[in-house]
Amino acid sequence: DIFIPVVENAGSEPVSKVLLAFPNIQAKNLAAIRAFGTEGKVKGLSSVLPIEVVEPSGVPPELTFFSASLHKPLQKGKILHLDVLTVFTHFLQPFPEEITQADSQLVVFQDSSHYLSPYPVKVQTLSIRLPGGRVESYTKYGNTKLVDSELKYGPYEDVPPFSYNPIIVHFENNNPFAVAKELIREIEISHWGNVQITEHYNIVHGGARLKGEFSRLDYQSRPYARGVSSFRHLIARLPARAHSIYYRDEIGNISTSHLWSDSKKTQLEIEPRFPLFGGWQTTFTIGYGLPLQDFVFSADGKRFLNITFGSPMEEILIEKLIVKVVLPEGSKDIDVSAPFPTNQWQEVKYSHLDIAGRPVLVLEKPDVIPEHNLHFQVYYKFNNISLLIEPMMLITGFFLLFVACIAYMHTDMSISKNSPSYLAKLQWDEVQATVQQIQGIFHQCLAVHDKLETSLHDLSRTGDAKSCKAARKAADAQFKELAKELKPLLLSVQSSPQSYQIWPKLDDLVAKERELQDKLMARHATVVDSVEKKQRGQDIENRISSQQQKIAALRQEVESLLEYLSEI
Amino acid sequence: MAEPVANAAAPAPAPGRLRNAFGGVLCAFTLILIGVLAFSIRLFSVIKYESVIHEFDPYFNFRVTQFLSKNGIYEFWNWFDDRTWYPLGRVIGGTVYPGLTLTAGSIWWFVNALNIPLSVETVCVFTAPIFSAIASWATYLLTKEAKGTGAGLMAAAILAMVPSYISRSVAGSYDNEAVAIFALVFTFYLYVKTLNTGSLFYATLNALSYFYMVCSWGGYTFIINLIPMHVLLCIVTGRYSSRLYIAYAPLVILGTLLAALVPVVGFNAVLTSEHFASFLVFIILHVVAFVYYIKGLLTPRLFKMAMTLVITVGLAVCFAVVAILVALVASSPTKGWSGRSLSLLDPTYASKYIPIIASVSEHQPPTWPSYFMDINVLAFLVPAGIISCFLPLSDASSFMVLYLVTAVYFSGVMVRLMLVLAPAACILSGIALSSAFDVLTRSMKFQLSKLFDDGPAISGNGSPNGSSASTVNTSSSKNEKTEKSEAAPKEKQSKKNRRKDKEVTESVSVKPKKEKRLSVLPLEASIVSTLLLIALGGFYVVHCVWAAAEAYSAPSIVLTSRSREGLHVFDDFREAYAWLSHNTDVDDKVASWWDYGYQTTAMANRTVIVDNNTWNNTHIATVGTAMSSPEKAAWEIFDSLDVKYVLVVFGGLVGYPSDDINKFLWMVRIGGGEFPHIKEPDYLRDGQYRVDAQATPTMLNCLMYKLCYYRFVETDGKGFDRVRGYEIGKKHFKLTHFEEVFTTHHWMVRIYKLKPQKNRIRGKLKKLKSQSSKTSSTLAAGRKKNPWQ
Repeated sequence: DIFIPVVENAGSEPVSKVLLAFPNIQAKNLAAIRAFGTEGKVKGLSSVLPIEVVEPSGVPPELTFFSASLHKPLQKGKILHLDVLTVFTHFLQPFPEEITQADSQLVVFQDSSHYLSPYPVKVQTLSIRLPGGRVESYTKYGNTKLVDSELKYGPYEDVPPFSYNPIIVHFENNNPFAVAKELIREIEISHWGNVQITEHYNIVHGGARLKGEFSRLDYQSRPYARGVSSFRHLIARLPARAHSIYYRDEIGNISTSHLWSDSKKTQLEIEPRFPLFGGWQTTFTIGYGLPLQDFVFSADGKRFLNITFGSPMEEILIEKLIVKVVLPEGSKDIDVSAPFPTNQWQEVKYSHLDIAGRPVLVLEKPDVIPEHNLHFQVYYKFNNISLLIEPMMLITGFFLLFVACIAYMHTDMSISKNSPSYLAKLQWDEVQATVQQIQGIFHQCLAVHDKLETSLHDLSRTGDAKSCKAARKAADAQFKELAKELKPLLLSVQSSPQSYQIWPKLDDLVAKERELQDKLMARHATVVDSVEKKQRGQDIENRISSQQQKIAALRQEVESLLEYLSEI
Repeated sequence: MAEPVANAAAPAPAPGRLRNAFGGVLCAFTLILIGVLAFSIRLFSVIKYESVIHEFDPYFNFRVTQFLSKNGIYEFWNWFDDRTWYPLGRVIGGTVYPGLTLTAGSIWWFVNALNIPLSVETVCVFTAPIFSAIASWATYLLTKEAKGTGAGLMAAAILAMVPSYISRSVAGSYDNEAVAIFALVFTFYLYVKTLNTGSLFYATLNALSYFYMVCSWGGYTFIINLIPMHVLLCIVTGRYSSRLYIAYAPLVILGTLLAALVPVVGFNAVLTSEHFASFLVFIILHVVAFVYYIKGLLTPRLFKMAMTLVITVGLAVCFAVVAILVALVASSPTKGWSGRSLSLLDPTYASKYIPIIASVSEHQPPTWPSYFMDINVLAFLVPAGIISCFLPLSDASSFMVLYLVTAVYFSGVMVRLMLVLAPAACILSGIALSSAFDVLTRSMKFQLSKLFDDGPAISGNGSPNGSSASTVNTSSSKNEKTEKSEAAPKEKQSKKNRRKDKEVTESVSVKPKKEKRLSVLPLEASIVSTLLLIALGGFYVVHCVWAAAEAYSAPSIVLTSRSREGLHVFDDFREAYAWLSHNTDVDDKVASWWDYGYQTTAMANRTVIVDNNTWNNTHIATVGTAMSSPEKAAWEIFDSLDVKYVLVVFGGLVGYPSDDINKFLWMVRIGGGEFPHIKEPDYLRDGQYRVDAQATPTMLNCLMYKLCYYRFVETDGKGFDRVRGYEIGKKHFKLTHFEEVFTTHHWMVRIYKLKPQKNRIRGKLKKLKSQSSKTSSTLAAGRKKNPWQ
């Protein structure tokens, strides 16, 4: 697609402007034009001349004119060496337009063998450098030579103005026709020390379309024969000290890439997921970080970013390039200076806890070629204090969170201290606590009962009535003590309004327990009595058997009541 | 017996509080660390591979989440997806469990509202690890309810790294189970919490948590059957209480109402048999509650009379109702159960009637090694945990045991449900380890203190069990006091203020029962067994890390192999999907076996015929039939479905075993189930499935064979299939109705295009033309070959 005819022109008129003409058909694909002028015979020291589009009167409408203005008017008779560099895109047409996997790609080049000039031309030659390989055909005129891969027309002498002599060259060209339909470059400046660049590519193979099958077998066994028109990798030259490089597309990381780096440059070779044949396309994203101090400088109160405009890829045509420069939040007075005209506008981007958003300067340019890979500058004002906003925000946020936690832990969130339900709950708690104490006392009572029982057992074994009496005395004392203890507790339960459920049961329990105590004591006394009177065991048992039954029943009732209480 | 504790509380209230606070902070810190552990052990997949969505179903969930984040919630509910099940389409909003996508969608929305630029993919990839951390905290809460803080922490730590759960929740495994396990455990926690407190607040939360579970996973039926089972168990064992009522009744009412709100469940929440148990138990619970109420009102004698009266009348009514219900349920062909539930209740059901459920490998019953792989040493600790749960049996611990028993059964039916077993196994192992450590450290402490100051301690606590053990807690400070205090215990209590008494009596009611059973082991034994337990834990951790790093982290769309030259990456799937998405028309239809449906729609954004949501058996059978038919018949089927590309997965060149040839028998089976002209025996030679020289002609002529092995013989000259391990049967053949358009680097995915219809017009001139066109095409190919060779 990219072809660079080098045109030399020698004028001898006292003028300050030189007109350059191109057919409209070519001019619309003109990606770049640059003119270097040198006065006198000495080579070198040529200076770039400003170029603009003009529409002089009295010329054919099929032509587009550019005028290069000289730095100082050229005197009559003086000679000016003018080098004009033009770059065209979409200049080569694939022919045939569809090829199979095995074919190599042929392209057609069309131009005029005469330089299309509004001025008379004394001597002119045209040489076309071909990429090598087969040349299918070319237009032959008298003095046409094909030497190696260089095609020469001319020299022609005394050509009148606006002479056009069409030529066609049909030749093999298997160079990668990588075309980026769209490339979005996002350059994000962080004053914490990084310039992050993210590039979203949408790449298509712009050459002859693939028709028929794609056979992986053929491609793998003879890649240079089967698949010669395809390309499988692209090379990007990144700036030195590029770091954190990644290469992915929307469905994940792409693992086929290689990276070399030295102190001057970083070279990244990426392979798309599949080899690109004519008409196939793919998308991917590469991203990398650059050290801030290499690209952002400050001058008279302003900072400026100085970075290349185009893509780091080699040999790639970008049909639409959008460069977004994301400046840090709080940047002001944004100004740009680009070496060529671009569409510009501003956006706002929100990222990483931004409040006001980051100003984004967007530059758009169609048909970008490696020649456009020049530096451009973005000037802005930025205060370093703004860097601290986000950390401070985070600190404040967490601080408030912890304060809120502390406050929550130290406040009582219950609805009201005076509400009846709250009071009732308090009272109920109290009742429960008391009931539990009462239960404890009753358990102790039961334990004393057990002691009495055991003393009776001992008695039946040893016949030691004295110790048994002592045990009864002790038990009696304990019962009294416990009863004393029980009284205030029972009173407090009775007085509480929440005890209406328990009170009857509790009352019942107290009565039953008292009865049980009495019965036990009575039985104990009877047994001890009878033992002292040396009665027979059988008689004793007969005497107490009725008591025994009652005691057992009472004991059961007391225990079930206790259980009921403990379930509350 | 209560005295030592009372003494401990009396002199040092301030240090006790400080100690409590310190314990709280330590516990919180441990929990944070457990969360970090649970999160980070799941990052192996991101570190070893990349931050990418895994496997099949997660791609669908990811796509739904993308749609949700782009179009909003209302569009999501109404989403009719025409990119799948062509030409039928699928109502996504009404057939998907929305919990996971809504969760990830709201996380994404929240994060982006804070202007933190995370992509939907990143959020989806890390949803599972985040929820595993939360799930381990939920496990802590649940176990704490049952057995206290120590067991809780232990269980949380074990769950954080249990391989079974890791396998479903590594970063990138964006599937329903990732959030469902959290929802499951948390619902159980709230149930047990309600059961312990009787608080209506927790009961409401429980219903909400159940709602979240219903949103997230079809496994919610496990909850709605397990909890009624436990309620029934409580009633039968005489543990009915008002707390039980509060824990269950609101859950059924609120939970069912909420569940019916989820479109995918809808009226199923009351109509299907899966929910029947809960309603039945609901009725029983009310009857029991009523009986208890009556019992409280009446005297025992009256109550007995009333009982006989009610039982006779009630039984008659019950029988009538049950008879009607049974008749209703029995009238439906599947008895009101869904296919998946039936295959759970009857493990042979699926293989008999639903091949499509049986064809999924994760629906097979597990093998013994997979238990060891997935829960490792927990399998041995669980019985100890069960024993510990019975000492003493409480409502909560009986729930744990019931949960474990049912989960063990379900995991025995399907590998996939091993995931439900994992939390139960972790909880019980946590309980087992915690109580083992409890006993061991306690006896160590006791023995050590004996070593340091003998004398009164020995005389007081000579016997190794019974009362002596009760003093172990406090033995270091007041050994000599114990005897005295036991002799004259009770007087002091009454003199203390109420608050303190309350504490004491509470602890009195709990402590004596517990401490009676404590036993003290010899010092050496306890030290050795502590070390052994720690070693066991260490073994478990090593196994878990190994499983997380090696076994479960592969995303399955990127494969790697280690060779001498280093790591080799097989990224063929994405290569093929990227090719499809960039180099075919947006509306082209791609046919493939259903496994690859979700990935194709998500990664290549192309319309597919069938996908992993296997809702229409006939449609899948159609694709299966096409794959097992000869070329022409297959072309006609695909053409009638408007298919333009056919995608097959072929592992024969690099030895990737789960390719379409190995799945082919299921295609024949499922296809033959609907279209009887496909017969399985035609594809088998003497009952054996093979594609070598002995294979049947039907096999060698079917489309799947041809698409997989087209020009395969030219790679090595013999056609040696590395998966099957032999040379293929039919080596040289041409495709007449399909043409190869793309094959990936390792031949793992091959894409063919249906040749356009123009062949048919020539067919009229028949033999002459067809012969000449064939020869000319071969000639043309030959001519083109020559100059380049």
